Amino acid sequence: MTNRRDFIRITAYSAGALALGGGFIQAAKAFASPEAALKVDLTRTPTYCEVCFWKCAGWVYKNKDGSIRKIIGNDEDQHCNGRFCPRGTGGVGMYYDEDRLKTPLIRVEERGKQVFREASWEQAFEYIAAKMKTIREIYGAESMALFTHGSGSAYFTTLMKAYGSANVAEPSYAQCRGPRDEAFMWTFGEEAYSPEITDIRDTKCLVLIGSHIGENMHNGQVQEMSDAIDKGATIITVDPRYSTAAGKSKFWLPIKPSTDIALLLTWIHEIIYNEYYDKKYVEKYCLGFDQLKEHVKSFTPEWAYGITTLTPDQIRKTARAMADAAPAVIIHPGRHVTWYGDDTQRVRAIAILNALLGSWGRRGGFYRPAKQPVPSYPLPLFPAVQKTWQDLFPGMYSFAGGVVSNALIDASIPENNPAYPIKGWFVNGTNLINTIPNQANTFKAIQNLDLMVAIDTMPMEITGWADVVLPECTYLERYDVLRVSPHRKPAIALRMPATDPLYNTKPGYWIARELSKKLGLETYFPFEKQEELLDWQLKQIGSSLDEMKKTGVKTFEREADDLYFAVDEEVSFPTDSGKIELYSSAFEESGFDPLPRYVPHEDPPDGFYRLIYGRAPMHTFSRTANNPNLTDLMDENSVWINPKVARLWGISNDQYIWLQNQDGIVSEFKVKVRITERIRWDSVYMVHGFGHAQKQMKRCFGRGVSDTQLITKVLVDPLMGGTGMRGNFVTLITEKTEQEAAS
Amino acid sequence: MRYAMAVDTKKCVGCSDCVVACQTENNVPIGYCRDWVVEVMDGTYPILEMEIRSERCNHCGNAPCVRCCPTGASHFTDGGIVLVKPSKCIGCGACIASCPYDARYPHPDGYVDKCTFCLHRIRNGLKPACAAVCPTKCIYFGDLDDPNSEVSVVLKKRKSKTLIPEAGTVPQLYFLI
Repeated sequence: MTNRRDFIRITAYSAGALALGGGFIQAAKAFASPEAALKVDLTRTPTYCEVCFWKCAGWVYKNKDGSIRKIIGNDEDQHCNGRFCPRGTGGVGMYYDEDRLKTPLIRVEERGKQVFREASWEQAFEYIAAKMKTIREIYGAESMALFTHGSGSAYFTTLMKAYGSANVAEPSYAQCRGPRDEAFMWTFGEEAYSPEITDIRDTKCLVLIGSHIGENMHNGQVQEMSDAIDKGATIITVDPRYSTAAGKSKFWLPIKPSTDIALLLTWIHEIIYNEYYDKKYVEKYCLGFDQLKEHVKSFTPEWAYGITTLTPDQIRKTARAMADAAPAVIIHPGRHVTWYGDDTQRVRAIAILNALLGSWGRRGGFYRPAKQPVPSYPLPLFPAVQKTWQDLFPGMYSFAGGVVSNALIDASIPENNPAYPIKGWFVNGTNLINTIPNQANTFKAIQNLDLMVAIDTMPMEITGWADVVLPECTYLERYDVLRVSPHRKPAIALRMPATDPLYNTKPGYWIARELSKKLGLETYFPFEKQEELLDWQLKQIGSSLDEMKKTGVKTFEREADDLYFAVDEEVSFPTDSGKIELYSSAFEESGFDPLPRYVPHEDPPDGFYRLIYGRAPMHTFSRTANNPNLTDLMDENSVWINPKVARLWGISNDQYIWLQNQDGIVSEFKVKVRITERIRWDSVYMVHGFGHAQKQMKRCFGRGVSDTQLITKVLVDPLMGGTGMRGNFVTLITEKTEQEAAS
Repeated sequence: MRYAMAVDTKKCVGCSDCVVACQTENNVPIGYCRDWVVEVMDGTYPILEMEIRSERCNHCGNAPCVRCCPTGASHFTDGGIVLVKPSKCIGCGACIASCPYDARYPHPDGYVDKCTFCLHRIRNGLKPACAAVCPTKCIYFGDLDDPNSEVSVVLKKRKSKTLIPEAGTVPQLYFLI
């Protein structure tokens, strides 16, 4: 079968693409002499970082000639306390990356081959607007969907809603945080927020369930974990891999993968039956304790031993350590928690454990966040939404509070019989190919689209599938929405351009607004320049654009001294019952377990190993893989293999191998072997985000293996649609024939 | 005055922020570095220990690189900091061979380069870039002759070690253990 849409490896780029951009200068050259480096008379402009979602505020320093030199954290910012992480420090590489997208591209057919032709913005907008109008006429506005990540989400969401579709999905929900958000929502009535409201700074005991703080470089949390280490806090890490955090831990529990719920239930058992729990707190604030007590009656450490391979002594000692620290204890909710399809229930067990120990609302546990209200500019009402994503497959994922990206993808495939079809995608700042598991499904969906638009700064794989590619300038070259995030104190941060956009790239706000004009929706973008809107917003809260340009960050005082619950405070929790719901009647009424239950998961067959993936501190998802500064720190992933396994296979350190998963999928590229005691013998581990297949990203093309490519078995969470990705097994291929390697 | 640095191995997570911050601060060309991260593992699964260290020039009190430099390009300056003067350096590489810590590299512009403890910053009252950026605050810097400097205080409070002390180089980069 011929594809309607071929993946364009952008070899079809004409040489003109480079010429368009003009003056690209390698900054390092300008400062070849070390004497020049001794000068510190640089100018600076404020920004907040876009390399990950933590959004640290900082300063972009520029040389006298206006070229960007370095990025340093803003001392006043609670997200970073003046210290950027390696990715933020290396953010300069996003700007200087010579492989950036440089001009709009439109897919055309030339001599039987699909290629991209360079286009003007006007041509690109005309093309998109015409297709969007047709889709609305034939199928209805809801047949357009937006997949989005990052600051630009605001503008493209406005555009979609103005057009008439509410199908806006962030993969950060169903591929990442979703189960955690719902678990906390249905227990405490509130999510764990971003940045997380974990009071790590003042905790006496931090429990990490597969969460690898320090390798996931969520800046504020890494900093606070370090503070907690300084103050002598006990760290307990549960991980089949000896993570960096495990190396800092008093207790490392090398658990058998997929058995976390058994451990959590046993800890709950220990804490209840040894009467370690906070009786006053539970009595005053919690609902369903008696049912919980009965439910966990038989889950003794001896029961868990056979399941988790953790000794009863380890389980008892760690339960005791948590109790000793309570209420200054955090069983961390995690962040990327889409593992086994029962993830909402696992994180529910985490939430319940926190409730029993009385850590929610307590110093050293979870604090109450405060957020600065910033008014939105009044816009005309959006047209009424005819159909939402929940109408696609009625009854599915009834506890999803966010839009489930994989449901929109499934609805793009006619064979799945969605209630209405999805025919057009906007994909903004998210490389769906390396984000959504089961790539074949994504490719199939793409083949059925009438329009796909990709907005990105880099020629990520997703852009190779688009009909139109819109090159956004980097965060260092644009204004964006104010950063308004919850923290201990309410605060806002400004991003402003440090320099003009390179090449023919444009800010997301401009792109959305220009497109809105073509669709007759410009009334939803009343300000020609985003800075005018920012100034209007800032003036509503007693600040101004001029002030923010000088300070970058503005921190406000809390309205009340209520960071933690006061002694004996009457708290009404935003749940149905007004209490912390240990027992979930809502789950029960919908036919789900009201209390978390351990259900065994499949073990790897002989000769296969569970594929576990995680983060490296110097990279974000797959998006930084070509960043020259960060590639310099890590330019490929490796597969971690236990020495026992390596001996069995006769493989050596640094040898390159291929991986094949349980469905016969062989990794497109080979990966370097790292033989290490840091991983269990039943699992292999790799850092996510490598193995890029897009040749135009020269530094990362073909370097390492994409875990996403090998995740074809997806364990979907029936509560909220999260895509569990830890149920895949791989075997090792040490030799491939030439033919196989080429195919 | 005696400048020294102490790195807390109990807090370092090996993120390499020190490396990239040094590169952007000092215009170290991509592909080279003045500081780097070392991970040392010990034990068999699941009884394991790990030490992570951010390493760089030790600014030795008895520096073999200074002794062996034929042109005087490698020299001592403020507070015992070891520097290379590029205009005097002929790129012979004797210093690279003599350094037990492998802290020097040949800069593509034809001279040998290494950590300066960010002399340009400390002269302006700032910390070295690596210490200023470190998210775990595991890098302490200051004057050992000042008993109240953060490096003096932390070295008094905590157990520490230096690398290859048997080489007799009198290293001034300490690791808190």
